[in-house]
Amino acid sequence: MTLRPELKIIADMVSDGSRVLDIGCGDGDLLQHLAQHRKVDARGIELSQDGVNACVARGLSVIQGDADSDLADYPDSAFDYVILSQTIQATRLPRTVLKEIARIGRRGIVSTPNFAHWKMRLQLLAGGRMPVTEALPNAWYDTPNIHMCSVRDFAEMAGDLGLTIERTVSLSRGKARDVKPLSARANIFSEAAIFLIARKE
Amino acid sequence: MLDERAPSAPLAATRTLRLAGPQALALDSGQALDDLTIAYTTYGELNAARSNAILICHALTLDQHVASANPMTGKPGWWEAMVGPGKVFDTNRFFVICSNVVGGCMGTTGPKDINPATGKPYGLTFPVITIRDMVRAQVLLVDHLGISELLCVAGGSMGGMQVLEWMASFPERLVSAMPIATTANHSAQNIAFHEVGRQAIMADPEWRGGHYLADAVFPSKGLAVARMAAHITYLSEAALQRKFGRELQDRTTVSYAFDADFQVESYLRHQGRSFVERFDANSYLYITRAMDYFDLAADHGGQLSQAFKWLKARVCVASFTSDWLYPTIEAKRIVHALNAAAANVSFVEFETDAGHDAFLLDIPEMFTTFRGFIDAVAAHRGVA
Repeated sequence: MTLRPELKIIADMVSDGSRVLDIGCGDGDLLQHLAQHRKVDARGIELSQDGVNACVARGLSVIQGDADSDLADYPDSAFDYVILSQTIQATRLPRTVLKEIARIGRRGIVSTPNFAHWKMRLQLLAGGRMPVTEALPNAWYDTPNIHMCSVRDFAEMAGDLGLTIERTVSLSRGKARDVKPLSARANIFSEAAIFLIARKE
Repeated sequence: MLDERAPSAPLAATRTLRLAGPQALALDSGQALDDLTIAYTTYGELNAARSNAILICHALTLDQHVASANPMTGKPGWWEAMVGPGKVFDTNRFFVICSNVVGGCMGTTGPKDINPATGKPYGLTFPVITIRDMVRAQVLLVDHLGISELLCVAGGSMGGMQVLEWMASFPERLVSAMPIATTANHSAQNIAFHEVGRQAIMADPEWRGGHYLADAVFPSKGLAVARMAAHITYLSEAALQRKFGRELQDRTTVSYAFDADFQVESYLRHQGRSFVERFDANSYLYITRAMDYFDLAADHGGQLSQAFKWLKARVCVASFTSDWLYPTIEAKRIVHALNAAAANVSFVEFETDAGHDAFLLDIPEMFTTFRGFIDAVAAHRGVA
C-alpha cells in the first residue's frame, strides 16, 4: 500500500507509538499505515458509512461522525496528534474545529488547500469567476468547500487562537518543502499547506 | 456444584450448571436466589490458553440455542447467521458460550421453577431481577468454566444491554465487546410498549395473579397480545408495508367482520400463537421489567462515560438505520460516552429497512464489518 504524498508527509510528522486521531480518515489508509509501521494507537472519524465499514473491516477503530459534531466529547489531550487532512475548509465552524483539535490533541496536523495560489488569483482576476482547479474541481454552487482560506489566513487564525505553528510544509507541483507560514512566497506558490500546530504551554 | 452433561450434537454441547445453597446469586433488589440453575450451550473448544472464549448474550425472548436447533421448537439456532464453522464467530476457532438469562424459561432459574422455600412454582414470588443480575449469573458460569478473560462478549437488543453491563461492571475480564442494536437505558416509549404487554398478560383472567401454573391454566391470550404489540416494534413501517401492504388474507373482499382480513393481522396472530407455545408469561413480565429498569448512566452518577472509566477492551457499537426501538441516536450516546472515557471504540450504522430485528438477519455488510473487528481482536490477542 502506498500513501498519497500528502499523507506520507503527515505520517512522517507523527512519532512512533503515539496516540493518533484521524478526522475524515476515509478508507483508513493513513491509520493502517501508522498502526502497522509506526506502532501507533490509531483511531478515526469518518462521515461516509462505506468508509467506516471499510475501516472496521480492516480492524481499525473508527466511528461514524464529523469534525463539527463529534470532537466535543473527547477529553483534553486525549491524543498525541489529531489529523485533519484537506477538510477544515469543508467544516461549518473551522475556528471551533481548530480549537477543539488543539484541545483534544497535544499537537494538530492540519492541511488545507490554498485559495491564494497564483492560479486562483489569476482565474479570479482575469476571468472574474470563482476559480476551478484540479485540486478544487467543484463549481461554486456545488462545492463542499464552504470556508476556503489562504495559507496566511490559516496561520493568522492559529495565532489568534494562541497556537504555535511548529512546522509549515508547502505542497506545489508534487513537491513538498518547509516554508514560513506568513511568507508571501508561500502564500502565492503553495497549492496546499500542512501545518503542525501545538498549544503554547 | 453439579455439571450434568446432556445429550449433545457433535458441535454443540447443551449443559446445565447448578449452584445450590443459600445466596447462590445475590440480586440488585437486595433479595437472593438460594438455588440457581444456569442452562447454557457451548460450541467449539476452549484452547489451552483459555483465551478464545466468546460469550453471546441473548435478547428478551431468545435463549441459549444460538447456533443449534432449539429442542423445543425444532427451529434453527437464532444466530446461525453469525455463529458456526466459518462464520463471524467461527466455532472452529472460538469457544462460544450462550446461557439462558436468569428469570428466563428455557432452563435457567425463573418464575416457572419451584421455589425451594415453598415447594411451589415461584410465580410472582420470584424476585425482580435486573440486567446486572443476568450478567452476575453469566460471571458465575464463566468462572465455573475456568475462563478469566473473554475474547469478546456480544449481543443484540437486550443482549446488547448485558454487553454494556459487562463493560461497566467487569471491564477487566473483556478483550472486546460488541453491543448491537441496543441502548444504555430504556426510553419512556420503550417502557410504554412493555407496559402494554404486561397489562395484556395481567388482564388475561387465566393469569390468576401469576398463579396459573398451580391452577394448570395459561394466559395464552394475554401473552399473545403482548407478543403482537412487541413484534411491531421489532420491524419497521417500510418492512411491514413491503411485506404485507393492504393485502387481504385468503379472501378477495373485506369481511365486514373482525376476522383477520388483512395479511398483516394474520401474520401477527400467528406470531402471538407460536410465541405462547414456547414462552412463559411470568418470565415475560420479569424480563421486560429488567429491561425497563436498565439505566447504565444512573448507576454511575448520571454520567454514562463514568460507566466506562476502567474499560480497556476494544468496542464495536452497531446500529441499524430503520431501528426505531433502539435508534442510532441511542448507539451514538454510547459511542460519545466511550469517546469521553477515551475507550477504543468503533461505530457502524447499517443501512436496512428491516427494523430492530435486522441484527438477526443476513446482512453481508454487517458480517464483513463484524468479521474484520473480531479477526483484528483475535490477532491482537494472539488467538489463531
